[in-house]
Amino acid sequence: MTDLTHLSALEIAKAITQKKYSALEITQAFLARVKKLNPNLNAFLKITEKEALTKAKQIDQKVKSGKKLGRLAAVPLAVKDIYLTEGIETTAGSKVLKGYLPQYSSTVYQRLMDEDAILFGKTNTDCFAFGVSTENSGFGPTHNPWDQNRVPGGSSGGSAAAVAANLVPVALGTDTGGSIRQPASLCGISGLKPTYGRNSRYGITAMASSFDCPGPFARTVADLALLTSISAGQDPNDSTTSPVSVPNYPDLLQKTNLKGLKIGLPKEFFDPSADKKVLQSVQDAAHWFKSHGAILKEVSVPDPCLAVAIYYILVPCEISANMARYDGLRFGQTKKDHQDLLSYYLETRGAFMEPEMKRRIMIGTYALSAGYFDAYYIKASKARTLFKQDYQKLLKEFDVLLAPVSPITAWKIGEKVNDPLKMYLMDIYTNSVNITGLPSLALPCQFDDLPIGFQLIGNYFEEAKLFSLGHQYQQETDYHLKTAPL
Amino acid sequence: MLKSSLDLKTLRHVARLARLSLTPQEEKLFLSQLSSVLDYFEILKKVNTDKVNPTYQVTDLENVFRFDQPQPSLNSKQALSTANSTRSGYLKVPKIFKK
Repeated sequence: MTDLTHLSALEIAKAITQKKYSALEITQAFLARVKKLNPNLNAFLKITEKEALTKAKQIDQKVKSGKKLGRLAAVPLAVKDIYLTEGIETTAGSKVLKGYLPQYSSTVYQRLMDEDAILFGKTNTDCFAFGVSTENSGFGPTHNPWDQNRVPGGSSGGSAAAVAANLVPVALGTDTGGSIRQPASLCGISGLKPTYGRNSRYGITAMASSFDCPGPFARTVADLALLTSISAGQDPNDSTTSPVSVPNYPDLLQKTNLKGLKIGLPKEFFDPSADKKVLQSVQDAAHWFKSHGAILKEVSVPDPCLAVAIYYILVPCEISANMARYDGLRFGQTKKDHQDLLSYYLETRGAFMEPEMKRRIMIGTYALSAGYFDAYYIKASKARTLFKQDYQKLLKEFDVLLAPVSPITAWKIGEKVNDPLKMYLMDIYTNSVNITGLPSLALPCQFDDLPIGFQLIGNYFEEAKLFSLGHQYQQETDYHLKTAPL
Repeated sequence: MLKSSLDLKTLRHVARLARLSLTPQEEKLFLSQLSSVLDYFEILKKVNTDKVNPTYQVTDLENVFRFDQPQPSLNSKQALSTANSTRSGYLKVPKIFKK
């Protein structure tokens, strides 16, 4: 009998429409795997079994009565726990929000649910998405399905691990500094960081509002295209969503001609300090495109070490502003014994916020405080302009840029937790894209015991081109089909 | 311009501005960790940003407006459902002034 948990979202939706399987069969198959493997992986913080079974039965009822089905009919979906889900506990991976039951849902999640996706649960993340390994979660780390002693990457590590372990075919994450691409790469799956403003941020706990990009994980690029065609587009509740029209990405998967396609290889991203196997595997991926007619050329981009500095100034600044609103009065955990409002704030925030929250809030507060504002915030915002200009210039000449996602493969849990700077530097190949707001698609290109991934960086709102390149690559390679030994 | 290597006094000041009470252990840990992060920012010095405008929004959207019309929203009971302490349909907050 076919193992249903190997099916992609497209295959599931099609099988349901053709009545090959029932929504209940699909749901039960994936749920059984979740229950078996999640205790070891800690990918899900909450499993919504009851809700999933109820929705599966509703979908089967729809099939029976001949009603029109959504494009994600019975597709199991995992959602990073920073997406608000009405009536379902949302902790953002932090003790601060333990027990919080949101009164409304995030736009991106709701759009997928409206197409008959089935929520399987909320996935682990670094607290409020502050991290690169999921070890900053208030509820324990997630384990990489390829080697359970290693991190899955982060911050969307729970979602990435869930897809890599076939607990679900698709999941939602957010990429503020690499938090979709890096865990996708470390777990051997595909993930999209869309253009800033392509997907609505509404109903997602705010990290850095001028950077945050919600986006999908899947094993195949074709599934990412399907999800993005549903989730993307303007949202009256997020004024930074773009009016640029959303093409039907699944129709465009074969459209970009590889012959004559210009691919830039940023030499700063192929720095010899990175893992040799990573560099070699990504070069091999570039040569696959060359063997299909693309033109490769080495190019120069602004120093990625500067990107880390700009990112870790501006993002904590925005974090400190966003987190300043947390008072424990309207929702979340709160300290009961206090003398006055000030001591109440100090104690409530001091008691429940995880160390990484405190670090980032303090870096931001420091950089925004009197005397330092120009030297840090304004200086970094100006340098951000230079990054944007340089990348735009390059993307006038080149269709895409191709680069590694992470300088190394998945590292051991606990190895870097005491050195925040070392952790921040794990973002070295991802931060530049977030500073500029460009889209980038990450996908696997090798498995040397552990997965290795590469990214394709495109021009603003050119997700269709990235999907097409990634899809054509996956049509002829099988890295994305490899399953973690569990 | 950039001044790095945080001292304890500044750290305490920043923590208070950020409304965070820290334990002595946290103070010690964060002092060294945040100092090395701030030191790293020094590399920005080598970027010439004279005559460069800052970027705050990357997709060049400006002045996004909507019609000021009432929309369906949460009622007071729903809005207060997550609050820790309420009274007569309002949030109850700690005393602001000491007696």
